Amino acid sequence: MTSNNPSVFLLMVNGQIEAADFPEYDDLYCKYCFVYGHDWAPTSGLEEGISQITSKGRGSQSLVWNFPLDITFKSTNPFGWPQIVVSVYGPDTFGNDVVRGYGAVHIPFTPGKHTKTIPMFVPESTSRLQKFTSWLMGRLPEFTDPKVVAQGEGREVTRVRSQGFVTLQFNIVTKDMKKLGYETTSEHSAATGLTRTSQQL
Amino acid sequence: MSSPSDVREKIRKKRRELQESLGRVRDDKQALVPSDWDLSKENEHTAVEELPGGEEDPGETLRRSVMAKRMKKKKKLLKEMAVESPPDEEEVTAVQEMREEQDRGDDVESPPARSPRDLPPRPVIRPGSSQSETTMRLRMTEKLRAAKSKAASLLQQESIIEPTSRLQSLRDRDTLTRFDRNTDPDLQANEDSSFAARLKFRDAARHAAKDKRAEAGLPTAEEAYNFFTFNFDPEPQQQQRYKKKHSRRREAEEEGEGESGEEDEEKEEEEGEEEGELEREHEGEEESEARDEDASLVRDDEEDLFIIDQSAQDFLEVRRAEYIGYSRRLQRERETLFVPSMRPVPASSKLPENVRPRYLEEEGLYVGERPPVCLTNQNILENRILKQAEGRKWFGDDGRIIALPDPIKESSSRPPLFQLEDELDPALQTVYRKALKTKHVNLYIAGMGNPQADYQLDVDVSGLIFSHHPLFSREHVLAARLAQLYDQHLTRQHKNLTGLLTDKLNSLRNTIHNMLELHRGEALSQVAQQRIAEYKQEVRHTRQLRDVEQEKDRALLKTIIRVWKELKALRDFQRFTNTPFKLFMRREKVDREQDEQEFENDIIAEVSELQAEAEEDYQRKMSEYRRQHEEWKSWKRKQKALKKKQKKKIQQEEEEENEESEEELGEEPDKSEPPEKPDMGDLEEQVQEKAARIRRKPGEPVLIPELTLSGPVTPNEQCPRAEFSRREDVAKRSLFIKVLYNDKEVSRTDSRNLNMDFRVHFGQIFNLKIVNWPESIKLQVFESVGSSSSLLAEVCVPVPESSVLTGSALFEEMEFSSNQRVTFNHEGVGSGVPFSFEADGTNTQTLLTSGKLSCCVSWAVGEDDIPLAPPSSQPGGGMYSGLRQMDAIACIGASGLNDMKKLGKWAAESRLDPNDPSNVSIMQLLSVVSGGDVAVPEYFRLEQLQEEFNFQTDEELHRSRRFRLLRLRSQEVPEFRHFKCVPSMERDISEKVFQDYEKRLKEGEVIDTKEHIDAHRALVAKYLQRVRESVINRFLIAKHHFILSDVVSEDEVPSIGVLGWNLFKLAEPKRPLKPRRKERKKVTAQNLSDGDIKLLVNIIRGYDIPVRRPYASKPPASAKSGRSFTEPFTAPVSSQTPQQGSEWPFGQPLIRPFVEVSFQRSVLQTSTAEGPNPCWNEEIVLPFSAPNGDYSSTILQSVKDEVFINIFDEVLYDVVEDERERGNTIHTRIERHWLGSIKIPFSTIYLQSRIDGTFKVSTPPVLLGYNKERSLGSEGGYDAVRSLSEGTFLSLFITIEPQLVPGDTIREKFDSQESERLLIASEVFEKEASRRFPDRPCLTTVIDINGKTVFITRFIRPLNPPQELLDAFPNGPQETTELVARYVSLVPSLPDSVSFAGVCDLWSTCDQFLTLLAGDEEEHAVLLCNYFLSMGKRAWLIIGIAIPEGPTAYVLTYEQNRYLIWNPSTGQHYGQYDTFCPLQTIGCLINSDNVWFNIQPYAAPVRMIFDVSKPNLWKPFFSRSFPDPGLSSVQPEGLVYRHTDRAAAVELQDRIEKVLREKIMEWRPRHPTRWNRYCISTLRQFLPKLELSGGREVAEEHRLELQSLLGEYRISGFPLHLPFSEIRPIIEAVHSTGVHMVEAPNVEFALAVYVHPYPGNVLSVWVYIASLVSAH
Repeated sequence: MTSNNPSVFLLMVNGQIEAADFPEYDDLYCKYCFVYGHDWAPTSGLEEGISQITSKGRGSQSLVWNFPLDITFKSTNPFGWPQIVVSVYGPDTFGNDVVRGYGAVHIPFTPGKHTKTIPMFVPESTSRLQKFTSWLMGRLPEFTDPKVVAQGEGREVTRVRSQGFVTLQFNIVTKDMKKLGYETTSEHSAATGLTRTSQQL
Repeated sequence: MSSPSDVREKIRKKRRELQESLGRVRDDKQALVPSDWDLSKENEHTAVEELPGGEEDPGETLRRSVMAKRMKKKKKLLKEMAVESPPDEEEVTAVQEMREEQDRGDDVESPPARSPRDLPPRPVIRPGSSQSETTMRLRMTEKLRAAKSKAASLLQQESIIEPTSRLQSLRDRDTLTRFDRNTDPDLQANEDSSFAARLKFRDAARHAAKDKRAEAGLPTAEEAYNFFTFNFDPEPQQQQRYKKKHSRRREAEEEGEGESGEEDEEKEEEEGEEEGELEREHEGEEESEARDEDASLVRDDEEDLFIIDQSAQDFLEVRRAEYIGYSRRLQRERETLFVPSMRPVPASSKLPENVRPRYLEEEGLYVGERPPVCLTNQNILENRILKQAEGRKWFGDDGRIIALPDPIKESSSRPPLFQLEDELDPALQTVYRKALKTKHVNLYIAGMGNPQADYQLDVDVSGLIFSHHPLFSREHVLAARLAQLYDQHLTRQHKNLTGLLTDKLNSLRNTIHNMLELHRGEALSQVAQQRIAEYKQEVRHTRQLRDVEQEKDRALLKTIIRVWKELKALRDFQRFTNTPFKLFMRREKVDREQDEQEFENDIIAEVSELQAEAEEDYQRKMSEYRRQHEEWKSWKRKQKALKKKQKKKIQQEEEEENEESEEELGEEPDKSEPPEKPDMGDLEEQVQEKAARIRRKPGEPVLIPELTLSGPVTPNEQCPRAEFSRREDVAKRSLFIKVLYNDKEVSRTDSRNLNMDFRVHFGQIFNLKIVNWPESIKLQVFESVGSSSSLLAEVCVPVPESSVLTGSALFEEMEFSSNQRVTFNHEGVGSGVPFSFEADGTNTQTLLTSGKLSCCVSWAVGEDDIPLAPPSSQPGGGMYSGLRQMDAIACIGASGLNDMKKLGKWAAESRLDPNDPSNVSIMQLLSVVSGGDVAVPEYFRLEQLQEEFNFQTDEELHRSRRFRLLRLRSQEVPEFRHFKCVPSMERDISEKVFQDYEKRLKEGEVIDTKEHIDAHRALVAKYLQRVRESVINRFLIAKHHFILSDVVSEDEVPSIGVLGWNLFKLAEPKRPLKPRRKERKKVTAQNLSDGDIKLLVNIIRGYDIPVRRPYASKPPASAKSGRSFTEPFTAPVSSQTPQQGSEWPFGQPLIRPFVEVSFQRSVLQTSTAEGPNPCWNEEIVLPFSAPNGDYSSTILQSVKDEVFINIFDEVLYDVVEDERERGNTIHTRIERHWLGSIKIPFSTIYLQSRIDGTFKVSTPPVLLGYNKERSLGSEGGYDAVRSLSEGTFLSLFITIEPQLVPGDTIREKFDSQESERLLIASEVFEKEASRRFPDRPCLTTVIDINGKTVFITRFIRPLNPPQELLDAFPNGPQETTELVARYVSLVPSLPDSVSFAGVCDLWSTCDQFLTLLAGDEEEHAVLLCNYFLSMGKRAWLIIGIAIPEGPTAYVLTYEQNRYLIWNPSTGQHYGQYDTFCPLQTIGCLINSDNVWFNIQPYAAPVRMIFDVSKPNLWKPFFSRSFPDPGLSSVQPEGLVYRHTDRAAAVELQDRIEKVLREKIMEWRPRHPTRWNRYCISTLRQFLPKLELSGGREVAEEHRLELQSLLGEYRISGFPLHLPFSEIRPIIEAVHSTGVHMVEAPNVEFALAVYVHPYPGNVLSVWVYIASLVSAH
C-alpha cells in the first residue's frame, strides 16, 4: 500500500498504562477504551481492555500495571483525534468494586515516545446523605458511560473530585500524515533544539 | 599550590599594573552605567549568536557603519592596549585555573562555571577551547574596537559643535553616548564637578579601605562599585588563548567604566579594595550598590554564583580576634557609613546647575498622579540617591523623583470569596437580577466631590387662580371673562401702543415736513430724496399699525361693555349675585373744540399722505404703462415693415414663409391700457369712514372702564337650591400642589380650601438641596374632595439659570389647563362639557379647567451671600454639560462613536487632554481620521476581524464537497449523521453522496401529487413535514441538554418505606402459589443488532367469530322486517339461526378459523381451530429488524410498521373432478376467507413493552357468506347501544423480547405563556398524582404545536360540528351524536410518537387538527368532546389507559342518567359497565373549567363513580385554595368547514380503484385476474348505501340482492372502510385481507371503491372486494 496519493493516514499507538498513584487505595485495576471521531477507524489492535488487579509494593506508593496498549487507527481527518479513556476501579472497605478514577488524554500527535500523566477524578455524590448511603451500599456514583470524560458535552451537570494519577507511555508512529497535508512535527522545534545545544556548549 | 594570601597578593599586583596601563587608555571613557549596559548586552548578543550585523538593532548597525569610517583613527590606541596587557593576563589565568581545580575537586558535578565575582573580572579562556569560541571572541573585540573608534570620532565632532551639551539636561546627557567624552579633557573636568559628592564619598571609602586590610570588614558601596567598574581591558589578540567562561558583558562594562580607572590611581586604595573584595566573597555578602549589576550578571544560567561557598574555606585565615575601641569604631563607621538625612533636599542640588525647575503640568502637559509617599521617606530616598553616582538622573525636570502614575486601584476590584467549603450559604447565593438603568444615577453635578458645595433650589409657590373651574357658575364664567378682558385692557393701557404709534407717526410727519421746509425751493439732493422716500414708507407702515391697534382698543372696550351687560343681565335673570365684580365707566370730558381740531388735522394729514401715495402709485403705473406701450409700438412698427417685405415677395414666396418670418418677431406684447387716475374724493371718504369705525368720535368722552370687587354677593341663604349646592361643593374642595424634582416628588404644599372667588393662596417656599443635576421641576396641582384627590394639571417650571437667585427672581404666572370632563347637576357649569347662556340652548360653549399658577424657582443664596447654584453650565449646553465633558458616549451616544466627525467635534469641544493616558485610544482614532483619508465604514460590524479569521470563503466552503459533507454531518442531518470516514481528499467524494439528500430536499418543495392523490393532502403533508422538521430541530437541541442522571448513575437514597418493604420481602415465600410477572431486565438499545429482537405474539383465544352461512341458492324467507337501528344484528341472526343447522353441508364444521400474524412482511400463522370460540394458545415469534440496523431508541420509536393480526377461515373445497376417485383420493383445495383483523402499531408495543388483553377484531360490516353467531341477549335502553360494540374478540399477549427501554420523552422545559404560579401548581399536582397513583396518567399541561406549554383546559371549548351532520337527522339526537363521532373518527389518525419521533406528545387545536387532517387520539378526543359540548351535552375528556393504545384520551358523556365512554378514533361508544370497553384505567377527567384526578380506589370505568363533585373521589386542580384564574381557550371561536368537492371525491374514487386493480393484478403474477363487471356495478351501487347507514342496516338486504343476481357464483368478499389519508394504507389493508390469494382457476374478482366526502375534506373510503367462484 505504498501509493503516492494515500487517502488515509495511519496512526499506530503502542505503549502501556504504566502505573498509577492513588495514595489512599490499593488493589486497583483499570479499564481503558478509545474515543475517536467519525472519521477514524481502528484497523488492528484492541479498542478496549481491562487490566489485572495490582497491589502496592511494600515500599512504593505506586500501583504498577504495565498494561500494554497496541492499536492502529486509520483516518481521513484529524478531527476527532483518538483519546484514551482510563477508568480505575478497586474494592472499597466493604469489598465492593467501586470506581476510583476516570481520566482521558489525547493520543500524542507527534511521532516518538511520550509519557503522559493523567489526573484522575470521580463524580461526586449529589448530597451528603447520598454520599453516606452510597458509601454504605458500596455504590459510588459512576459515569453512565466512561466515555463521557472524553467529551465536553453534558459535563456541566456533574461535579467531580480529583483522585490520583495514572501514568501512560505512548510510542507513536504515523504514516502518510504529511502526504495528506498534516504536519505534526515542526522544523522549528528541530531548529530550536539545535540552538539550545549550541548554547550549552 | 600557593597559599591563598599569596594568590591574593599576586592578583592584587597584577591588577594594579593592569589598572595603570588601562587607566591611561580608558580614562576618557564615560561611565554612564545604563548605556554601558546596553552596549554590553549588545556585545554579548552578537558574540553568542554569531549573528551577522543585519540582525542587530538598527542603532547598532548605524553605529557600526560610522565606526568603520573612523576605525583608523582609533587603531593606534588599540595597539597600545594590546601591547601592554598580555603578561598580566597570563598570570591571572594561572591563578584562576588553580582555583578551578580546587573547585572541581570539591564538587565534581557542578559545572565549572564561575561567578563573575570570584576573581577580578577577567574573562578566562581555557586552553584548547573550540574554534567557534575564538571567532566569537574575535568578533567581540572587533566590535569593541569599532565602538571605540566611533566614540572617538563622535567626540571629536561634539567637542566642536556643542561643548556644553551635557549641561542642558539630564535627558540630553542620556542621549549622548559615553564615547562623547573620550577626548574631551576639558569636559571631563565639568563632569567631575558634577560628581563631586561622589568623589568625596570615595575618599572616605579609601581611608576605610586602608584599615580594612587586616579585618574582615564589610565592603563599602564604593568598593563594590569600583570592583565592578574597574577597567580590565580585554585584549583581543591575547584573549584568543583564554577560555571564554565569564560573560562577555563584563568586558563591555569594563571598557565603559573608564572613569573609575582614572580615579583609582592610588595603589593603596586599590589593594584595600581588593582585600575587601575578597573578604566579601568569603562571607558571601552582597552590597546594595552592586546589586543592580549583580542581578544582571547572574543572568547567565551557566554561571554558578555560589560555587564559591564551597571553596571559601581555602581562603580563610585564622587570626586572633581584634578589638577595636568603641569610639574608634564609631569614627570609622562614620567614615564608612552614610546615614541619609531626613531633611528635604534643596531643589538646586537635585537639578543640574543653572537649570530651573520645569513643571510640566503648568505647561499643560498631562502628568499622572504620583503614588503617595511619606515625605520623610521621600526625603531619605532623595538624599540617598543624590549620594550615588549619576544620582541626578533619577530626578525629573521639576526636581522631583521621576515616578510613574500610581497604578494601584483604590479598592480591590474583586472582593474576596468566602466560599471555602463547597456548600454556599443559600443566603449568600448570588441572585441574578436584571440590570436596571437608573436615569439620574450619573447626573451628579460635577464638583460634588467637595463637601462644601451644596446647592439649593428655592421653589416658591405663591398661589393659583382659576380662569375656569368646573364649579364656576354661569356668572363666574362671565365674570372670569370680564376679568380677563379687563386685564387685557389694563395691559394694553399700560403699554399704550396706540399712543406710542401716534406719537411716532406725528414725529415722522414732522420730520418730513421739516426736511421739505429746509429744502424748500431747492432741488432735493439724491440722498435727501431717498430719505424722504424712506420716511414716507415708514409713515405708511406706522399708520397702518396704529390703525390696527386703535381698532383693537376699541373692540376691546366694546367687548368689555358687552360682557358687563351680559353679566348684569344674568344677575338680573337669576336674581342673585355670585361675584363681586362691578364695572364702572369713567368718562373723561375732553375739550371738544381741540379734539375736533386734532381729529380734523389728522384726517387731513392722512388724506394728503394717501393722496401723495396714490399719486406716486399712479405715476409708477403710468411709467410702466408707457414702457409697455413703447414696446408694443416698436413691435408694431417691425411688423409693418415685415408686412411690406412680404408684400414684395408675395409673388415668389408661399405663405409658410410668411408665417415663419412672423414667428421670428416673437410674441406680440400686451397692449396695456393706461391706468386710471385715482379718485381723490374717494380717498377722503374712506379715511373718514375708517376713522369713525376705529376712533373715538371727536368730542366723545373718553371711556375708562374700572373693575372693582365691591359688589355684594348674595348670601347663601338667599340663593336657589342649585346654586346653594354649588357653593356647598365649592366649600368642600381644597387644593394642594406637589413639587416634583426630576420626576420625584420632593414636597407638597398644605391643602388649601377653594374660595368662592376661585383663588388659592399657598405662599410656601420649598428649599431643595440638590445632588443631581436639575432636569425638570414640575408642579402638580391636585384637587381633593374629602379624602380623595385627583390630579388637575401639571406645570413644568423651567430650571432657572444660575444667575436667577432668590430675592431677585420674579414670580411667573404659569398657565395650566386640564382636559378633564366634569359635569354637575347643580349650577356649576362643569368643564369639558358644552353649556349655553341662552335660554334656548344655542350658542354653546365648552370651557376647560384652566388657570394660572404663580410660582418662582430660583437658586438660593447662602448665608454669606454666595449663590448656592451649581457651577454655571455652558449656556447652550443644558444640564448635561458637566457630564458631557467627561464621557464621550454620554455626549454623542453610543452610535456616535462610529461617527468620526462627531467624535472629533466632541473631542475638540471638550478640550481633551491629549496626554491623558485614558484618552489615548480616542486620540489615536482621531489622528487616524484626521490624518489620512481612512474611509470610515458606513456600516457597523460586530466582528470586525471575522474576515481575517475565516478559514475559507463561504463560497469555497459551500463548493467543496468535503466541507459540505462534514458540515452536514455535524448538523446531524439524518442522511449523514453516522457517516463514517469522510474522505480526506475532495476527489474521493462522489457526487452521489448527496443525491439522496438533495432529492429529499427537492421533495420537500415539490410534493409528489401522485403519491398523495389530492392537492390538499399534499399541502397538508408539506406543512406537517415542516412542523416535524422544526420540532425535530428543537429536539436535537434539547438532546444535547443533559441532566445529572444522564451522565452519572447514582443510587437513589432509599426511603424508609422502601427499606421496610425490602425487609418484608425477605419473609416472602420463595415459590408463591400465584406467581406474578416479574419485571424483566431492560436492555439498552445501543448494543443490539439484527435478529436480537423478537416480537412475541401469544394468541390465546377468540370469541364470537362469524360463522359460515350455508350456501343457499334461494333467499331466506325472512325479510327485513321490524329491524330497527338499535338491533342491527340480533334480528337477522335470530331469523337465520334455525335454518343454519339444516343448511350446512354435511360434516362441515361451523367455521375453522386460524390467526395469521404479519409483521414486516414476515407472515406466520397459528394452527387451525374449530368453532366460533376457538382456543389457540399459541405463541408466534416474529423477527424484528430496525431500519438501517439502527437500534437507538429514537429510531425504534419512529418505526411505523404495524402488526397485522388477521383471522381467516380455512375452507376446504373438494376439487376432485372425478366422482370415481372420491373414495380413495382426497383432493381438496384450501381457501381462506378473511374474517377480520387487528392492527397494532409497533410503536405502541414498544412504548408499552407489553400488550395484554382482549381486543375487538375489526370486522367488515358485511361478510358475504358469513353470519354472526347469535350474541348474548341485549335488552332495553342503552344496552342496545352497547350491543353494537359487540363483535369478534381476540385475546392476545404481545411483547418484545428482550424488553427494550423506551426512549425518554424530552424533559426540556418548554417555554410557556402560562403564569409561573399555574405551572408550579400543575407540576405539584402531577407529582402528587403520580406519587399516589403511579399507574394513573395525569395530565395538566401539554405542549402545543408551537412547542409551548399550555394548560390543558384551554383546549376544551364548545365547537360547532359541521352543520350538515346536525341536519342529517333532524329528529334523531342519538343518530346525530353517532354521526358526529363517526365524522371525528374519519379523520385519519397519526400517532405523534411516529411523526415526532421520541419528542413528545404535541397537541394541536381543533382547527389545526382539521387542517392537518391527521392527529393523535388526543386530538380526536378533544374535537369530539368539543362537538359534544356544543351540542349541549355534558362531556369530559378522559385521560386514561386503553388497550391497545396505551395512554390515550377518550370522551365521557353523560346522557339519560348514564355515562357513555366514546372512543374518538373509532367512533365507538361503550356504556360504563361494558366489559369489552377498551378503556382500562381512568386517570383524570378534564373539561373547560377544571381537571379532576381520580383518587378512587379503582381506576377501571366499571367500578368507578363519575361524579366529579365529590372531592373524596376526584381531586380537582382548581380548588378553593387555588381558584381558576379564568384561562382563555386556545381553540378558535368556531370552526369553518370547507364544503368538500364531490367531483374531486369521484375523481379520487376512480384513481383509487385503478390503483387497487393494478395492485391486485400485480399480486397475482401467476394467474390471470378476471373482473366481473356485473358484480362490480352491483357493488358500486351498494357502497353509498353502506356509507349512509354507517355499515349496518343494509347488510342483509344487500346480501340477498347479491345472491339473487349472482346466484351461480360462490361469493366471498367484504367491504372495507377506512378514513382517507393516503393511498398506501388502503393498499395495505386490501393486501392484508388476502382476497387476491384465491387460486381457483375460474375465479373472478370484483372491486368497487366509493369515496364519500364530508365537510372539511374528511373523506370516508369504502373498498368492496369480492372473489367469485363459479359454482359450476
